[in-house]
Amino acid sequence: MTLLEVRGLGKQFGGLHAVRDVDLDVREGEITAIIGPNGAGKSTVFNLLSGFYRPTAGTVTFKGRDITGKKPYTTVRDGIARTFQTTNLFEDSTVLDNVLSGRIVRSRSTVFGAVLQTPSFRREEQYNLTKAMEALEFAGIAHYRDDLAGEVPQEVQKRVAIAVALATEPDLLLLDEPAGGITEDETVGFGDLIRQIVARGITVCLVEHKMSMIMSLADRILVLDHGQTIAFGTPDEIKRDPKVIEAYLGADDAEEEGEE
Amino acid sequence: MTARISIQHVGMALVAIALVIAPFALAGQDYVLRLLTMAATYAIAVYGFNIILGLTGQLSLAHGGFFGIGIYVVGLLTTDHGWSFWSAFLAAIIVTAVTGFACGVVALRTRQEYFAIFTMAVGFIIFLILSRWESVTHGMSGISGIPFPEGFGIIDFSEPIAMYFLVLLFLAGAAYITYAIRRSGVGRTLIAIRTSEDLANSIGVNVGLNKQLAFAASTTFAGVAGGLFAAVQGFVGPSSASVNLTFELLMFILVGGLGTVMGPIVGSFVVTFLFETFQDFQSYRFIVLGPVIIALVIFAPRGIVGYLNAYVARRRAKRARRQMAPQAAASETKEVS
Repeated sequence: MTLLEVRGLGKQFGGLHAVRDVDLDVREGEITAIIGPNGAGKSTVFNLLSGFYRPTAGTVTFKGRDITGKKPYTTVRDGIARTFQTTNLFEDSTVLDNVLSGRIVRSRSTVFGAVLQTPSFRREEQYNLTKAMEALEFAGIAHYRDDLAGEVPQEVQKRVAIAVALATEPDLLLLDEPAGGITEDETVGFGDLIRQIVARGITVCLVEHKMSMIMSLADRILVLDHGQTIAFGTPDEIKRDPKVIEAYLGADDAEEEGEE
Repeated sequence: MTARISIQHVGMALVAIALVIAPFALAGQDYVLRLLTMAATYAIAVYGFNIILGLTGQLSLAHGGFFGIGIYVVGLLTTDHGWSFWSAFLAAIIVTAVTGFACGVVALRTRQEYFAIFTMAVGFIIFLILSRWESVTHGMSGISGIPFPEGFGIIDFSEPIAMYFLVLLFLAGAAYITYAIRRSGVGRTLIAIRTSEDLANSIGVNVGLNKQLAFAASTTFAGVAGGLFAAVQGFVGPSSASVNLTFELLMFILVGGLGTVMGPIVGSFVVTFLFETFQDFQSYRFIVLGPVIIALVIFAPRGIVGYLNAYVARRRAKRARRQMAPQAAASETKEVS
C-alpha cells in the first residue's frame, strides 16, 4: 500500500527550480531512499514533505489525505516525523528530556493539569516517561539518559535525534543523512537500527550519501539530479540505470562503486 | 537525580522560611518590611518575565506597561468607581490576560528582535495612555487613596504585616506555577521553542500558539503584581508603569537566573536591597550597580540561582561518573565477550 504519494512536486526559490516535477511513492513497510549529487534537491524534498517548505507545485498525499503545504506541527500529528541533516537537539537539556519533548505532540495535559497535579496529568507524565524510555532503549542509548544532549558523542546524538522522532509515534520517519559524519563501523549499527525501525511497522524514507549503506538497505531508490527525477526503482535497477551512472560519473561515486 | 532534587528543595525551603520569618525578625522596622513587600510584589511580575523570557526565550519589553494596567485597573475601579479591591483585582487579572492574548496575536508573527521591538512599543503605548488620557487616568497627577484589600475575619490588610503575607501568598503561587510548568510537558514545549523553533516545529509544537499563550501568561503575572502594587502603595502615578520599570524587572531576572524556579525571588530581593544600600547616591547608584551587574552577567550569565544549579549539577555529574566508571568498564568487557 502506498503510504505517501507525491505528484508533480515542485519548489521554486525566485527563478531557481530547486525541485521540479518529482513523483514519489513511499510504500508502507519499506525503506525508500533519496539519493543524488550535492545540491540535487534531496533535502528540499524532505522539507516539502514535512511541511517546512510550502510546495510551489504538486501535491503530497499521506494516508490518503492531502497534506500539501500543511504546517510541520500538523504533519507530525498526522504521523510524519523527521530528523535533520545537521543533528539538531535541545543541547542544554538531558537526553531523556529531549526524548520526552517528542511526547508533546501526543500529550493532552495543560498548565492547569500541571499546576493542580490532576490524576490524569500524573498518569500521562508517567506514560510519557515509559514511552520515552522505550524509545531510548530501542535506540540503544538508555544509559545516556541523564547526560546533556550537547555533551554526548556524535553517534549518540544521532541516535537521540532518532529516539526523539520515534517518541512522536510516527508512521513515516524521514531521516536526513542519518549516517552523516559518523564512522564506517557506526554506519553498520545505524543500518541495523533502521531495519529494526521498519520491523516495528514504521515506514522509513531517507536521504543518504553512503552508497554502500543505501544499496544494502533500501527497497526502492529515487535518484534526483538538478531537482528532477532521473530514476526510481530497486537498488539493482538503479545500479544498472545509464542515466544514474552518467549523473554520478566523475563524482565521488567511482570509489563507492569499487566497494560494491 | 534524587540528590539534585533534595539539594534544590532544601534551597527553596530555606528561602521560603527566610521570607516567612523576616517580618517577625524585623518587628518595628516598618520601612524594611515595606521594602520587602515591594520586592515581593515586583518578584511576582518577574515570574511573568521568567515565563516569556526565561522559559520561552522571547524578550518582551512590555512588562512595565502590563504592570501599569494592573495598577490602574485596581486603582481607578476602587477609587473612582467604588469597586471592592477584590473585584477590581479580578478585573485587573482578566484585563491583562485578555490584552496580553490580543497583543500575542501580533507577537505570534514576529521573531526575536522584532518581538522585542514590538513589545517595547506596546509598553510605551500603554505608558502614554496612562499618562496622557487625563479624563480617565488623571494623567500625571496619578491616583491617590487606593484602599487596602478588604480583610477576612481577623485579617486586616491595613496592617503592613498582613499585606506582606498577602503578597507573599501570591508570590508563592507564582513560584509554584513556575515549578509545576517546568516539570511538565508545557515547560518542555516552551523550552523547545526557546532552544530552536525549527526543532520545536519538527516535533509537533505549534510554536505561534504557544508563544501567544506564554505571552498572555506573562502579562497576567504582571497584572497580578500591578494590582497588588496599587494596594501596597495607595498612591500611584504613571511613572510606576514606565519603560524603566521593564528594565528594572529585566535586571532582577538576569541577576536571579533566567528560567529557574527561584531566580525571580532571589533577583528581586537582592537587587532591591542593593539599590537600597546605594540609595544615598540617588540616580548615581547605577554607576556603582552597573559594573556589579556587568560582572554578574560575565561571570554568572545564568544568574545567582542558575550558577548554583550548575554547580550542583557539575558535582552530581562528577559523582555519577565516578560511580559509573567501573560499571561501564564491566559492561564493555561483557559486550566484547
